[in-house]
Amino acid sequence: MTGDSASKPVHFVDQDRRLGWAMLSPALLYIAGFIGVPFVLAILLSFSNATVGDPRITHLVGLANYVDLMDQPVFMTALKNSILITFLTLVVLLVLATILSELLAIEFRFKKLVQTLIILPWAMPVSLATIAWLWLLDSQFSPVDWMMTQIGILGPGGVLGPARHLYYLGRDVLAIASIVTVNVWRLLPLATVIVLAGRLSIPQDRFDQAKIDGAGFFRVLFRITVPALMPVLTVAILFTALVVFGDMATVALLTRGGPGHASQVLPYWAFLKGIQGGDLAGGAAVALFMLPILLVVAILALRIAYRSQEA
Amino acid sequence: MAVLRVENVRKQFGKLAAVDGVNIETKEGELFALLGSSGSGKTTLMRMIAGLEQPTSGDILINGQSVVGVSPQHRNVAMVFQSYALYPHMSVRENILFPLKSRNVPKEKWDEKLQWAISILGIEALLERRPTKLSGGEKQRVALARALVRDPELFLFDEPLSALDAQVRNIARAELRDLQKRTGITTVYVTHDQVEALGLADRLAVMSKGRISQIGTPKEMYETPANLFVASFIGNPPMNLIARGERVLGVRPEHLMLQRDKPQGSEGVTLSLRILLVEFMGSEYLVYGREEQGEHQGQIVARLPQTGSAVPAHGEMMEFFAPKEFVQYFDKNSGDRLP
Repeated sequence: MTGDSASKPVHFVDQDRRLGWAMLSPALLYIAGFIGVPFVLAILLSFSNATVGDPRITHLVGLANYVDLMDQPVFMTALKNSILITFLTLVVLLVLATILSELLAIEFRFKKLVQTLIILPWAMPVSLATIAWLWLLDSQFSPVDWMMTQIGILGPGGVLGPARHLYYLGRDVLAIASIVTVNVWRLLPLATVIVLAGRLSIPQDRFDQAKIDGAGFFRVLFRITVPALMPVLTVAILFTALVVFGDMATVALLTRGGPGHASQVLPYWAFLKGIQGGDLAGGAAVALFMLPILLVVAILALRIAYRSQEA
Repeated sequence: MAVLRVENVRKQFGKLAAVDGVNIETKEGELFALLGSSGSGKTTLMRMIAGLEQPTSGDILINGQSVVGVSPQHRNVAMVFQSYALYPHMSVRENILFPLKSRNVPKEKWDEKLQWAISILGIEALLERRPTKLSGGEKQRVALARALVRDPELFLFDEPLSALDAQVRNIARAELRDLQKRTGITTVYVTHDQVEALGLADRLAVMSKGRISQIGTPKEMYETPANLFVASFIGNPPMNLIARGERVLGVRPEHLMLQRDKPQGSEGVTLSLRILLVEFMGSEYLVYGREEQGEHQGQIVARLPQTGSAVPAHGEMMEFFAPKEFVQYFDKNSGDRLP
């Protein structure tokens, strides 16, 4: 091959460097155009006084937009809710995904059917799923309320009070609980698949050995299974945190941040303020306020992912 | 110390009987080997003794008490896996303490038991290390210490040496034997390696297709195999099995000698062979030949001492002699040994 490379011009596809760049360029262009430019614009916007009426970034106002945020109670509520909802979603998700993966790790009849049912929510678009939940949690026609009334928990004489409706989306705590529920419902399939993959990669010998050593179910779970799952779990937790923290679709469709701003979250508040409210600069500031938090989580996630790859 | 009794145990996986009516009774403090090729049911049998599988029918008794239906947690049986199954996220110390913690042994006794186990296996220096930082031999010793630390009634070893290099294996085998004799714990040892089984075991059972072909001491198995399967399975090279009408003649390669070396007045069998191959093995020659007359088609191997009177050459016709006390006969159809 080296013999005739002098006489013949080297073909383009044989030049690794050039070919490499050529193949990378679509991805690079995409990232620069659709992520880089808006990102820089957002930073500039947040330091300006631009509005929808006058979106030119001409006058920079420094940190004024950020200082303003601190004085707005809605912003603080949204920040608190974002963190709370993310945290609660992760905790419930983790517990349920671990239980489900333990279940799916053993053999039983109809296992395939159960697996399919568990994965089903993942196949549904967020909007459709949330609308279904809207109906489930409706103030007047909620089937959940109806069932609880039928078995006597709700309604006159029930433990949850004489009313026949709980008004899930109309009360502060229940609204947040509803958002967490929908988040968990939506993310559980993926979480279960990730945990199950980690669970199945643990050699069976280790579980057998633990049983013979005398360990009961909970000791095996917490001393053998969970430590072995830890690298997978950490990555899954951090990536899920990014998804939940940055998601506005569920809140927008389910509660619209209500009642009042009781279930407001940062991404939706940024949208309301910047796009609907016309305050581009203020909205950008809210959105960018999430950046340091997300950045730390993202860096942690990537570092741990790389480390577990090396080990 | 304990006596293990396995009574008519069967294990059915779907249509396949992995273990098909096995009876075993060990003696106290004995090292009992289960020898068989893969798929013979030996590992399934061991998993049933450990409690990891439940027999479809039959009974398993430890010291006269049935343990069928008892979970592995509640049997005092220790097992060492082929992979050693050390817990990778725990130090050697935590690994060895795990059975004590799991079995709710009082905390005051941990240190004493730990020290006892590690001193027997000589792994005092490894306590703070992680399993990933151990060599194969060290891993085995840690796994043995973890099995030993809780005073089990019964040891179960599932091919514990097969993960080791050939060199380490010989040392590890001797250590294992020594440990078993010193602690006197009744041990069931599963292996597919007949050298290991013959070298280690007080008694052994040869398994094939879920059944036991023969139980006996290594010497009994080697000298008087009960059937053609055991005869062909034990010994390396295996026993020559030569077709003779309705019978099969069996003779070990080392019992074949040159006709000219036949002792005066000795009775026996003479074979005349065309020499196909002569292998020099150091202390001996392995001579491969074939009968030119008669029905037997396969090769016949003789093991001649290096100090013998002559070395056969390739292509030669030679007469070999086997004294009659070393010749045995099997039934061609049933495979059983004939008296």
